[in-house]
Amino acid sequence: MIDWASFTPASAAVGGVLIGCAVAMLLLLSGRIAGVSGIAGGLFRPQRGDVAWRVAFIVGLVISPAIYALAIAAPVIRIDATYPTLIVAGLLVGYGTRLGSGCTSGHGICGMSRLSPRSIVATLAFMAAGFVTVFVMRHVIAA
Amino acid sequence: MNALFALAAGLVFGIGLLVSGMADPAKVLGFLDVAGRWDPTLLVVMATAVPVAAIAHRIADRRKATFFGVAINLPQTRDIDRRLVAGAVVFGAGWGLVGLCPAPALLTVGAGRLPGIVFAIAMLAAMAAFEIIERMRAQRLPASATGVTAGDA
Repeated sequence: MIDWASFTPASAAVGGVLIGCAVAMLLLLSGRIAGVSGIAGGLFRPQRGDVAWRVAFIVGLVISPAIYALAIAAPVIRIDATYPTLIVAGLLVGYGTRLGSGCTSGHGICGMSRLSPRSIVATLAFMAAGFVTVFVMRHVIAA
Repeated sequence: MNALFALAAGLVFGIGLLVSGMADPAKVLGFLDVAGRWDPTLLVVMATAVPVAAIAHRIADRRKATFFGVAINLPQTRDIDRRLVAGAVVFGAGWGLVGLCPAPALLTVGAGRLPGIVFAIAMLAAMAAFEIIERMRAQRLPASATGVTAGDA
């Protein structure tokens, strides 16, 4: 059943185009793929001349909520999980994205846009795992 | 100069996530809850971000270099192996628990949200642990068996 009240296609499309533009900027101006897990994870494997752009991209991400709050509105960020769940989930996301060489941005947007078979497989796998996890959490355990 | 472009790209990426609603874990979980009240918004974000990125990749493939003559660095790995799928499944499980993936996690840090900061610290710790484990594996295995993590997407 589609939750029409929560579905926000117009803002999603504007945001999606902005995300695509950010990918284009990093690719055509800096020559890099906008895969956030790879950009952050690469900092733990530092190489000469390969650190500044990673830090700069992450700083851009981190300051964006403040700019958004000043220019548009207060960001809506609703997190309901308990602290133990947050820690387990953070560990899974950190390790899984490094083992699988990418996340929602690197595989889901950049890789899909290159029609990379690797990224298509990874995106289907993490989406499927996400669907199953939410199903178990909301409809098996909580039910 | 390169870092300045990366900063701008990170900023636009973050604003895009916030505008699209994808910085909100509750909304992401609404997409992942296919058996409940399903919110398809994430599909619209992908359906609009991917074509724009595809145009950029088309230009990148033709030019092979940035507008400033720097070589474009693309992932070269092509194998669809167990590491790829296992990593994606582990990531998806964590994503489904909270509704946060790496970019939005970093945004919650910027927004000063304590639950997000806790998640981000755990995520970065696991990324660091991954590097340590990989380095230990590389020392144990012959050189030909290493280098498997080269070329992140």
